[in-house]
Amino acid sequence: MGMTMTQKILAHHAGLDSVKAGDLIEAKLDLVLGNDITTPVAITTFDKTGFTKIFDKDKIAIVLDHYTPCKDIKSAELCHQAREFAKRFSITHLYDVGTVGIEHALLPEQGLTAPGDLIIGADSHTCTYGALGAFSTGVGSTDMAAGMAMGENWFKVPAAIQVELTGTLQPYVSGKDVILHLIGEIGVDGALYQSLEFTGEGVASLSMDDRFTIANMAIEAGAKNGIFPVDEKTIEYITGRVNRPYTVYEADPDAEYARKVVIDLNTLKPTVSLPHLPSNTRTIDEVEGMEIQQAVIGSCTNGRISDLRAAAEILKGRQVAAGVRCIVIPATQAIYLQAMEEGLMKTFIEAGCAVSTPTCGPCLGGHMGVMCAGERAVTTTNRNFVGRMGHVKSEVVLASPAVAAASAVAGCLKDPAKLEKGE
Amino acid sequence: MARGTCFKYGDNVDTDVIIPARYLNAPSPEELAKHCMEDIDPAYATAVKPGDIVVGGWNFGCGSSREHAPMAIQASGAACVIAASFARIFYRNAINIGFPILECPEAAEAIASGDTVAVNFSTGEIVDETTGKTYQAAAFPPFIEEIIRHGGLLPYLKARQDG
Repeated sequence: MGMTMTQKILAHHAGLDSVKAGDLIEAKLDLVLGNDITTPVAITTFDKTGFTKIFDKDKIAIVLDHYTPCKDIKSAELCHQAREFAKRFSITHLYDVGTVGIEHALLPEQGLTAPGDLIIGADSHTCTYGALGAFSTGVGSTDMAAGMAMGENWFKVPAAIQVELTGTLQPYVSGKDVILHLIGEIGVDGALYQSLEFTGEGVASLSMDDRFTIANMAIEAGAKNGIFPVDEKTIEYITGRVNRPYTVYEADPDAEYARKVVIDLNTLKPTVSLPHLPSNTRTIDEVEGMEIQQAVIGSCTNGRISDLRAAAEILKGRQVAAGVRCIVIPATQAIYLQAMEEGLMKTFIEAGCAVSTPTCGPCLGGHMGVMCAGERAVTTTNRNFVGRMGHVKSEVVLASPAVAAASAVAGCLKDPAKLEKGE
Repeated sequence: MARGTCFKYGDNVDTDVIIPARYLNAPSPEELAKHCMEDIDPAYATAVKPGDIVVGGWNFGCGSSREHAPMAIQASGAACVIAASFARIFYRNAINIGFPILECPEAAEAIASGDTVAVNFSTGEIVDETTGKTYQAAAFPPFIEEIIRHGGLLPYLKARQDG
């Protein structure tokens, strides 16, 4: 029986010729990641256990992105603990205020993630790097500590769901709509303990930014990871970023899949997730007119340059509606700079948006856009659980950058195509 | 063994309601315990007694990778979580910190809030003393049993490293 892409990467890193779904393996890690919330817990447990060495100072990334620039004294203490640890072990990849970006946009941009890698991160959206043909998965702080100490960890080899993409995306439809549609189809535990393997001729038409967005939200279907085949666009993206050898894996033709889901990109419409689960999806035409008080454009899901371009295209020459706060957060400093050079920042500010330095802030109700009871936001983030962006009686609607921008202008959920037509 | 009163919740209990992000800036077990389940059940943190049991439906612990979630439930005094299924990161995190979890759809569905339930961790037997019904949770693979036996992943790895 053949192996999926995920299974091949796991087998290779475990030093095995083959693995099958359900096998428990120990595998070597190419990168271990943590942020300012999860790393301090990992450090505490690392020290408590009595570990005194890390496996490789160049293969650990500490990204202080969640509560930064620090929102209060307690979060400043967490960052301090992480900085001191990085100093103690001369960890190469510490990203702090000024260089920091949102981890899952930053690490691929910096070339730290490559095709064929096995990556764990103490952040659930670590699955983002599957866009590059890597196996990457979210873990907790203890796993991060184990990974930092040993350079390996245990894994249960996942069964797979094949997601075959056909056709091409239509105007105002993006990777976000693809993944929200998929989660709506299979549910928030539809891929529990499994990998999502994206295949089909539709993959070629997706930009790298679209692929990052799709892989990013694999966790929202319960998946262990999401993964894309490596093609010309992948190679173009990593060229000049990844300066080390990497391996391109392909699924065997006879790889076994537990299930197959087909998505015709031609027929997808802008899709949103209503409160309080990402699987609670509707197409935009079903929910237009729902009032909002806030729009957030950013996050590890949708804070990349093409996301900002999509939002700016809608916002250019228009104004954010009275009574709506529109917060734009470029995911990294490089994206921020590029957006400035392209004139997107001017567009945002003239439209009445607030623009922030890179931070995860509002996505998890941390800071920079927390809501009170009775408020509703349309956001390009990834979770709309109860209380996710503030008060338990506030609401989050997940959407693409184009829908979030159009809704910010309209003051309610709005189809960007209709806004453009003046409807 | 554990024996206590059950606190029952529905499907997809996510890590944001188990421990909201606004409290993650103070990751001590005592602080986390104070706010455990706050956004789904504000009464939980004061009502729970040592040995009590949290029961959830499908996909318990979905969402973020925050280990603070099983840490908070453990620190609240609960002896274990019984659920129909667990989100995979929560599952790993609970095992890694040595906090018992039991996967048993039948028990998760039938047990009611307030029932007195006894759990035998070595056999996986769950007895609802209020209704008199008995359930059998899925067994862990031997490798995971080993981690649990050592009290978590790091003590297990350290013991192996020290030979």
